[in-house]
Amino acid sequence: MANESISRRDILRSLAVGVTGSVLQVIPAEAAEYVHQMVHKEKAAAPAGNYTPKYFSASQYATLIHLCDLIIPKDEKCGGAVEAGAPEFIDLLTSENHKFQLGLGGGLFWLDGYCTDHYGKVFLECAPEQQKEVLDLIAFRKNAKPDPTLSQGVSFFALLRNMTCDGYYTSKIGIADLGYIGNTSLREFPGCPSLPE
Amino acid sequence: MAQVQRSAKQYDVCIIGSGAGGGMAAKILTEGGLNCALLEAGPDVHPEKDFKMFLWPYEAPHRGAGVGGRARENFGEFLAPNGAWHIEGEPYTSAPGSDFQWFRSRIVGGRTNHWGRIALRFAPVDFKSKTRDGLGDDWPITYEDLAPYYDKVEGYIGVFGTKENVPSAPDGVFLPPPKPRCTELIVKKACDKLGITCIPSRLAILTKSVNGRLPCHYCGQCGRGCVTASNFSSSQVLIPPAMKTGKLTLITGAMAREILVDKEGKATGVSYIDKATRSEKRISARAVVAAASACESARLLLNSKSTLFPAGLANSSGAVGKYLTDSVGSGGYGYFPQLEKMPPHNHDGVGGMHMYMPWWKFDRKNDFPRGYHIEFGGGREMPGVGMFNGMNRDEEGYGVSLKQRARKEYGCHIGFAGRGEMIPNPDTYCEIDPDVVDEWGIPVLRFHFKWSDYELLQAKDMQETFRSIVETMGGEYKTKTSIHGEYPFGIEAGGKIIHEVGTARMGADPKSSVLNGFCQAHDVKNLFVTDGAPLVTNPDKNPTLTIMALAWRASEYLLDEARKGNI
Repeated sequence: MANESISRRDILRSLAVGVTGSVLQVIPAEAAEYVHQMVHKEKAAAPAGNYTPKYFSASQYATLIHLCDLIIPKDEKCGGAVEAGAPEFIDLLTSENHKFQLGLGGGLFWLDGYCTDHYGKVFLECAPEQQKEVLDLIAFRKNAKPDPTLSQGVSFFALLRNMTCDGYYTSKIGIADLGYIGNTSLREFPGCPSLPE
Repeated sequence: MAQVQRSAKQYDVCIIGSGAGGGMAAKILTEGGLNCALLEAGPDVHPEKDFKMFLWPYEAPHRGAGVGGRARENFGEFLAPNGAWHIEGEPYTSAPGSDFQWFRSRIVGGRTNHWGRIALRFAPVDFKSKTRDGLGDDWPITYEDLAPYYDKVEGYIGVFGTKENVPSAPDGVFLPPPKPRCTELIVKKACDKLGITCIPSRLAILTKSVNGRLPCHYCGQCGRGCVTASNFSSSQVLIPPAMKTGKLTLITGAMAREILVDKEGKATGVSYIDKATRSEKRISARAVVAAASACESARLLLNSKSTLFPAGLANSSGAVGKYLTDSVGSGGYGYFPQLEKMPPHNHDGVGGMHMYMPWWKFDRKNDFPRGYHIEFGGGREMPGVGMFNGMNRDEEGYGVSLKQRARKEYGCHIGFAGRGEMIPNPDTYCEIDPDVVDEWGIPVLRFHFKWSDYELLQAKDMQETFRSIVETMGGEYKTKTSIHGEYPFGIEAGGKIIHEVGTARMGADPKSSVLNGFCQAHDVKNLFVTDGAPLVTNPDKNPTLTIMALAWRASEYLLDEARKGNI
C-alpha cells in the first residue's frame, strides 16, 4: 500500500511546514521528532521476538499460541494471528485484567480438563482431528444447548475469538488483509470512487 | 483554615473551567482588556506529545484497547480526553433506581479536545418550546438575540456545511463541506426514497484555512485531537489567543471548591485545591465565571453555602441542579451487501460524518413531542479493537472461513445514532450527596435520572427509522431492541450522550431560574455561568455551539457592565 511508505514522522513534518502567522502554538519539526521517538519507544516496549509471557504459564502460553493459529491461520493470501502478535497482545491484556484472567486463564484449564476427560491428553497433545472435534463443539453457542457441560467452553472460546480478532486486525498484516487504505494526509478528500449499484 | 494561601493579586475575573464555555470567556474577556485567572482541574495539554494522530494500532502495545482492555468503554485509548465516566478519587453517586453516567475530561480544553465537533444551531422554535407545546419552559432570549453570536462563533472556529433552509436546523456561516463517502451516498439514496432530509453535516473542522490554522488533512481522527488544530478545540483555538493578550493566568491542577462571597453577597473569588501540593489556595477576583461543565458548576454553587446563601450560591430559586437533561440516544447498525463490491479506497475523510439527517418531521403530528436528528457512519474505517465482535457473535466458527468472512464483511456496516430532545422532568436532577466527598474533601454529586414516555417513544421511532433506511437499500438491520428491559428501544443511560445541560438555567423569573438572559446570576450580579448549565431546553442539536454563542454574548455583557462600573 502506498501510504505504508510514508512514516508518521514524515506526515507530521510535512504538516509542520508552511504554518505561519497562526495564533496557535503549531507543531515544530522537533515536536514531530518527539512524537516519532515516543512511538519508537512504544514499539520498543511492544513484545517481539523471544517473548516471555506476563501472565500465562509456559505451557498455557503454548496452548494459547496454537489456539490463535487455529482461529486465524495463515492462508494463501497472508500470515495469521500468531505472526500478527495476537498471543502477546492477549497475554498483555490478560496480565492487567482479572476478568480476562478468569475467562482465558481459567478457560485454558477448562479446555485441558475437557480434553483429558475425553482423550486422556491435554489439548496441545491431542491429535489435530481431536482438536478440531473440540473446537467444532465450543465454537458454536447452539452446541451448549443439548450439552450444557460445554457452556463454559463456549464462553471461553467466544472471548478468545474476539481477542484474537482484535490482535490480528489491529496488526500490520491484518490491516493489509482487510485492504484498509488511509491514516495519511490528503490535500483533498476524493469522495466515493463510484457508487455500487 | 490556617494553611490557606491567598493570591496577593486581585484579578478582574476568575474563570473556572477551560472547555468550550470557559475558553470562550477567557478569549473575549482578555481581549476586552480584563485580567483573568483561569482555573483548570486537569493538566495542560501538549498536542504534539499527547495527541495520537496517525498512530497505527500496532504501534501501541495495547493496540487501542488500553490497559487491561478497559479503554474500550471510553472510546479507546487513542482519544484525547483525560478522564471518562469514572475518575479515580473523584466519584459521583446515583440515587437508588437511577443510572446516570457522568463524563468528565480533566485537561485544558476539557471535552473539546475529543468531542464530535458537531456544530448545530438551535432553531427559533427551540427558544419558545412552552409556547409551542406547553411543555418545559421558554427561554428569556430569542433566536434573534443569539444569531449574531452564532455567526461570530462559526466564523471564528470554522464550521463546514451548506445552506439548506431546513426550519429545524438554521443555516450558518459555513465553509464548504467535504465530498460524501460511499456509505453516505447510499444512505442519502434511501432517505430520498423515504422522504427523510439528508444533508451535508455541520462540523467544526476546517475545509479551508482560517486564521492561520491549516485545513483538514482528512485522516479521520479528529477525536484523537489534531496536532495542526484543523478542527476546533478550546485548548488550541481559544486559549492561545487569550494567552497572547498577556492578560490570562492559566492555573492547572486547580480543583475549585467554593465560590467566596462578602457580606453584601458579592462574589469575591474562588477557593480551590491545588492538586500538586494538596493544599487549599484562594484567588481574589472582582467577578467569577463558572464554566466547569453543567453539573460541575451546579456542584460548585451548591457547595458554596454561607449565611447569606444557605441553599447554595445563587440558589434562592432552588433551581440549581434541577432541570437536568441529556440527549435521547438510541443506536443501531445494518449490513449493506452492495458495499462488498467496493474496491479498497481511502474512506477516512474528516473525523466524523459528512452527511446527517436533521429533524424532518416537524411539519406533522408525532406520538412524542419535539424531535431528533440522525448521525451515521461506518464503511472502510481504520480497523480497531472490537470491530469484529458483532460478526463473531452472529456467525461464530473459526479458521480460514472466519478470515474470509471478515474480508467480505469489512466496510459493509453502517451505524446510525439518533439524538433527540428530552423534556425536563421532576425526577431528574443532581444534588449534593450527604455522605460522600472526593479525595479533595469536596462533597460530590448524587444523580437522579428518569426517562419518561416522551423519550421512550422517540427512541422507538428512531429504531423504526433506522430499520427502514437499511431495508430500503436491501440491507439487513442487525440491532434488536424491544420495549422490555433496562434500556427500552435501545435508549442509552442518562449522561451517555454527554449532552448534560440545564442545571443552572436562565429565565425571566428569578423565582424559577438561576440566571438571566446574559448568564448572570439573579442573586449575585458579579457571578456568571457559561457552560451547559444555563440552557433552558436541550433540543436535538449538540449543545457546544450554543454554549459558545451564549458564552461570547455573556462575556461581552460582562465587559460592558465592568466598563459601566456595575461589577
